[in-house]
Amino acid sequence: MDTRPDSGHVLSADRPGRFGPYGGRYVPEALIAALDELDREYAAAKQDPAFTAELDHLLTTYTGRPTPITEAARFGAEAAGGARVLLKREDLNHTGSHKINNVLGQALLTKRIGKPRVIAETGAGQHGVATATAAALMGLECVIYMGEEDTRRQALNVARMRLLGATVVPVTTGSRTLKDAINEALRDWVTNVATTNYVFGTVAGPHPFPTLVRDLQRIIGVEARQQVLDLTGKLPDAVAACVGGGSNAIGIFHAFIDDPEVALYGFEAGGDGVATGRHAATITAGSPGVLHGARSYLLQDEMGQTIESHSISAGLDYPGVGPEHAWLKDSGRATYEPVDDADAMEAFRLLCRTEGIIPAIESSHALAGARRLGERLGPEATILVNLSGRGDKDVDTAATWFGLMDDSESEGGR
Amino acid sequence: MTTSVAFEKARAEGRAALVGYLPAGYPSVDGSIEAIRAMVEAGVDVVEVGLPYSDPLIDGPVIQTAVDAALRAGTTTKDVLRVVEAVAATGAPAVVMSYWNPLDRYGAAAFARDLAAAGGSGVITPDLTPDADDTWIPAAREHGLDTVFLVAPSSTEERIAMTTAACRGFVYATSVMGVTGTREQVGDAAAGLVARTKATTQLPVAVGLGVSNAAQAAEIAAYADGVVVGSAFVRRLLEAPDPAAGVTAVAELAADLAGGVRTR
Ligand SMILES: Cc1ncc(COP(=O)(O)O)c(C=O)c1O
Repeated sequence: MDTRPDSGHVLSADRPGRFGPYGGRYVPEALIAALDELDREYAAAKQDPAFTAELDHLLTTYTGRPTPITEAARFGAEAAGGARVLLKREDLNHTGSHKINNVLGQALLTKRIGKPRVIAETGAGQHGVATATAAALMGLECVIYMGEEDTRRQALNVARMRLLGATVVPVTTGSRTLKDAINEALRDWVTNVATTNYVFGTVAGPHPFPTLVRDLQRIIGVEARQQVLDLTGKLPDAVAACVGGGSNAIGIFHAFIDDPEVALYGFEAGGDGVATGRHAATITAGSPGVLHGARSYLLQDEMGQTIESHSISAGLDYPGVGPEHAWLKDSGRATYEPVDDADAMEAFRLLCRTEGIIPAIESSHALAGARRLGERLGPEATILVNLSGRGDKDVDTAATWFGLMDDSESEGGR
Repeated sequence: MTTSVAFEKARAEGRAALVGYLPAGYPSVDGSIEAIRAMVEAGVDVVEVGLPYSDPLIDGPVIQTAVDAALRAGTTTKDVLRVVEAVAATGAPAVVMSYWNPLDRYGAAAFARDLAAAGGSGVITPDLTPDADDTWIPAAREHGLDTVFLVAPSSTEERIAMTTAACRGFVYATSVMGVTGTREQVGDAAAGLVARTKATTQLPVAVGLGVSNAAQAAEIAAYADGVVVGSAFVRRLLEAPDPAAGVTAVAELAADLAGGVRTR
């Protein structure tokens, strides 16, 4: 685990867990003791060589870190304006996405605290699968909350979680997606906090989650920065990542924050297009407020009610975003743009065809963003893309999108 | 009447105060006013007017269902203030129960001003602890509103002291670790929490979460200054065949509970 001190300008020193005006802890008093405990145990674990050694060992021997970077030469030439596109292969992690980096750390913390049960929310199912995996590995009871809508579009991952021994609870309230799964997980936590740790999946939520999850995901950028230097002899011109809650994006951004020559781009889910109102482009189209325990940008109406988000990608279908991204946006250090469903699916198709890699639909938003950056920056540019996950879970959605499942084929073939 | 006066009156009568919660806007804005009026006539001393919110993370399914319906019917923050005004007109103190984001969006200062103007007594903030934000307490103080924060069985002594120091009107002690909803048993933790809370403050301490009947109310009234009932009232409205029957059922429950808080 990387334990470098926080970049001073990102985290304000006087208030822990604040990123400028964002972050903080807006939760029921009943949860404060558990959040304090987590904060304390994490601070102690960071300093404990046995803990960091165990995590490093798991990241190497279980997850398969370091993940490689792959030069996407055909994709760059044919799909991204001739720019040099480098993929950080988080899709090659065990369980198929970056989510495992965070989960192994939090599961080890759970054991350190001595709680026998973990809960988690999941959208695309990748965080749920990662949590179920770590729970199986470490002998923890595991309950995963997942919006009913998401259990349908990510059915493969529901089966994976159950195979791993987790209980999957479909959430039928509200929009039946990630936002409501978080509400339900928080309700479970407030009830069972004595025995249960909440393994939060992204850099949102109350302090310490935005910092804790970011620190556990920083390894992506730490590795990638050195790998790009080794390969190209210089830093990339731009780093691109998709942004749901923002964990893979902060994970790859963080090592570059003090490199002003590297532009940081977060790509949010534009859904049917931001103008239609059916999207999940929180930073682009949202406003500051409080959701799920932290102040950040969110999609809300004039009364402060959360507006439901829409995206073809379950993992990006969230009306909030992590507070550090809100701060990176306001400070101008990172730029956030929407990518709509159609552009993301076109990038998905292109990566399959040019590189033989089936990306997650979430990550395809970053690929679409990289195409845009390639056109803008030209063939001299090097663009590092966080390929946050693989697309096995999305095969049904993609096959439907591209019309590959006409009756004659699907009847016999499925 | 202020909440302090209502609690003093109950104390003078040798009993606990009965605090009743209903969300504004369910089954309609006018319907919620009618139900609350009936509740007050039947013996509720202090009213909690719920401000419907899209992500009520410490509410169980009963309250979720009602506030969801209220929001789908278009209930606004202005409607909530209208309900407060109607409740205040009955003479019972009305406190708003609200998650933080709707108040933040309205503007802490503007909400405090408009709530005071509507005759409201204060606000209970279930997801705002006194140390979470700098805007609410000064705004409430300026307009003489009660700031009611929650203490929980998991709270440390330091946090209980910090919380009660920031409370005005009364302190809300959550009886169990969990979300709102009726329970067979109110936890053993409640009495201990009330004792720990009273060690730090002269303010009245009301116990909520899970109370649904007169026997439970009596049990809590033995050691607390107030008994808060929410989901049990909401359930009466949800299960009623029509709004009028709902109002009757709410009044019956209120009368029953009013008996409970008088049996110590
Ligand atoms: C592959 C992949 N990428 C990205 C995300 C979005 O999460 P975050 O923005 O926290 O990285 C998810 C979430 O499920 C995911 O599965």
